[in-house]
Amino acid sequence: MKNTAHINPLENEAIYIIREVAAQFEKPVLLFSGGKDSITLVRLAQKAFHPAKIPFPLMHIDTGHNFPETIEFRDRLVEELGLELIVRNVQDSIDQGKVREESGKYSSRNVLQTTTLLDAIEEYKFDACIGGARRDEEKARAKERIFSVRDDFGQWDEKNQRPELFDMLNGEIEQGQNVRVFPISNWTELDVWSYIEKETLEIPSIYFSHQRKTFLRDGMIWTASEHVYREDYEQVEERTVRFRTVGDMSCTAAVSSHAKTISEVVAEIRVSTISERGARIDDKRSEAAMEKRKQQGYF
Amino acid sequence: MEVLKIATAGSVDDGKSTLIGRILYDTKSLTSDKLDAIEKTSKQKGYDYLDFSLATDGLVAEREQGITIDVAHIYFSTEKKSYIIADTPGHVEYTRNMVTGASTSQAAIILIDARKGVIEQTNRHFFINNLLRIKNVIVAVNKMDLVDFSEEKYNAIKTDFEALMEKRDYKDQKITFIPVSALQGDNVVNKSDKTPWYAGDTLLNHLENLNTTDIYNQGTPRFPVQYVVRPKTEEYHDFRGYAGKVYGGELSVGDDVVVLPSQTKSKIKDIYFYDEKFQTASRRSSVTITLENDINVSRGDMIVKADDLPTIDKQLTATVCWMDSNELTAGRKYIIQHGVNKVIAKVDKIHHKINPDYSGINTDVTGLGMNDLASVSFKLNKPMFYDAFEKHRTNGSFILIDTQSNNTVGAGFIK
Repeated sequence: MKNTAHINPLENEAIYIIREVAAQFEKPVLLFSGGKDSITLVRLAQKAFHPAKIPFPLMHIDTGHNFPETIEFRDRLVEELGLELIVRNVQDSIDQGKVREESGKYSSRNVLQTTTLLDAIEEYKFDACIGGARRDEEKARAKERIFSVRDDFGQWDEKNQRPELFDMLNGEIEQGQNVRVFPISNWTELDVWSYIEKETLEIPSIYFSHQRKTFLRDGMIWTASEHVYREDYEQVEERTVRFRTVGDMSCTAAVSSHAKTISEVVAEIRVSTISERGARIDDKRSEAAMEKRKQQGYF
Repeated sequence: MEVLKIATAGSVDDGKSTLIGRILYDTKSLTSDKLDAIEKTSKQKGYDYLDFSLATDGLVAEREQGITIDVAHIYFSTEKKSYIIADTPGHVEYTRNMVTGASTSQAAIILIDARKGVIEQTNRHFFINNLLRIKNVIVAVNKMDLVDFSEEKYNAIKTDFEALMEKRDYKDQKITFIPVSALQGDNVVNKSDKTPWYAGDTLLNHLENLNTTDIYNQGTPRFPVQYVVRPKTEEYHDFRGYAGKVYGGELSVGDDVVVLPSQTKSKIKDIYFYDEKFQTASRRSSVTITLENDINVSRGDMIVKADDLPTIDKQLTATVCWMDSNELTAGRKYIIQHGVNKVIAKVDKIHHKINPDYSGINTDVTGLGMNDLASVSFKLNKPMFYDAFEKHRTNGSFILIDTQSNNTVGAGFIK
């Protein structure tokens, strides 16, 4: 019989982290966006507890401006795997007057998500939120811990983080605090894609090349949709594109691509000279856009 | 794919960030949008070269002050390996940051400025790499371009460093010297034509050729139970699996084992990884084990081979690296987190402080401040199952947690 030596070290590390969450916290939740990173997390969580079920629910903060393909995929996955899904809507936070819809050319609901997320954490008294953020994505995320402590305002105190030594994860917190946990911190975009390929995981169709009505702005390909503000002179054209990340429609740009299968996507990323978050409009607001959002409780 | 974690050590301005930037640039790991951002900001700041530290200094405060405050992790990969470099700050809180970065690394790069040679800081860098039992240390003699790629200069630095090596207590360490210019790219990824007198590998080639047996210290298997898997479904009605990571060596089906602290004997029945059964669980694999007998095992217990028990004791002595602004003093209580196990520990005695530059010890000590290294004895509220750090890197180390702030305030290496 076989020996486990061939198992991917990143996978072993992620499973270890997910098990620590289940063991150290009372009410963990897995933040699920329907994107490739959170799909990977779900598979890792399955592996961590097999043959038992995943001992925590998934939660999606729905901006209402997501790609319909993602939502359809989310619901199907949850049903097939028999998982519990909590959905909280940014629209409700708007209706309750807690946040105001942005207006203008670059308006997006991406920032508004934070309020809905923090409210949901309080509502359910979640003490640990597992997320699919990776350190290679963005320079502020490169500074993130695996167990990242947030105060009761959800804030990240980036200059005063707990040192993380060896693989020992300190989950001691006070009541009201919570921990954001990033099991795939050490994975790169390519690691995630290779894993999806190896595990033959299903992912939303928008990750593959398709025809879409789009327009160009600031050198990026934007989706033409009722949820995305567009000037009259910004002309809509059908293009062959795919998405490298799946966020809110208003902050996720497409890339030109003919990659129709996972192996074609992997091949494309290997030679790509643009980083994954290069197509994230939310990161382009300023050089410190991510750091600022994280300080306020973004994940 | 193999993953190699590397810690870097160097003083401010030794060119640590430039070296990392050079590796990323020459392995074509910097994407054009990141490179554009670096070019733009470098120009804005009026530099006439590309400031690669901008790629790694991720926080606003770091970019404002032009210094690295917190450890950043940088990723790149070749066809052979995935690399993770921990870029540790070179100035304040140095010991704390370097111990943190090195604790997860299998190799370390110590940078020396060829113009300055071995300086007091170099002693500290080497001392900590020694303390942490980093098996592979690369001494990169940087800025060779500023000393005209002089073989004499390089050899003089090598001789000085070799004198330092005489003082180390960890003799099993492999030390490799490489003359480089991070700024110009000599011997980093590409072989330089300006150092014909140097026959060795480039830095990247050296890392590529480190094989697994060179990287890890092998030990005896230790299996701390992380989580008990009880499906309670019809199909797996009586299933009791012990989930955890295997440390040190391998465990196989049929092995005679002992569960600590109960000292109950059993045999390994099955080893699962997800839905597959395996004959052997290798070092660092996250598996689920079942035992032949139906015994009571919970989180924090440890499964070990029957013929190789760790020390089981309610006291221990360790080298402690203190990382908090509040002092550690005798009589205070902390939580010791040893792997996944937690015990309450009372500081029994601070024996002496250790100067991290090979200049000896200091016995006149009442408390430990930030960045202090010291030999400390603890009394524990229940037995811990440990090995000497010397013998077992994972089962011989722990972290200290403050019971009031919940912060991680120290690291310990058991003697």
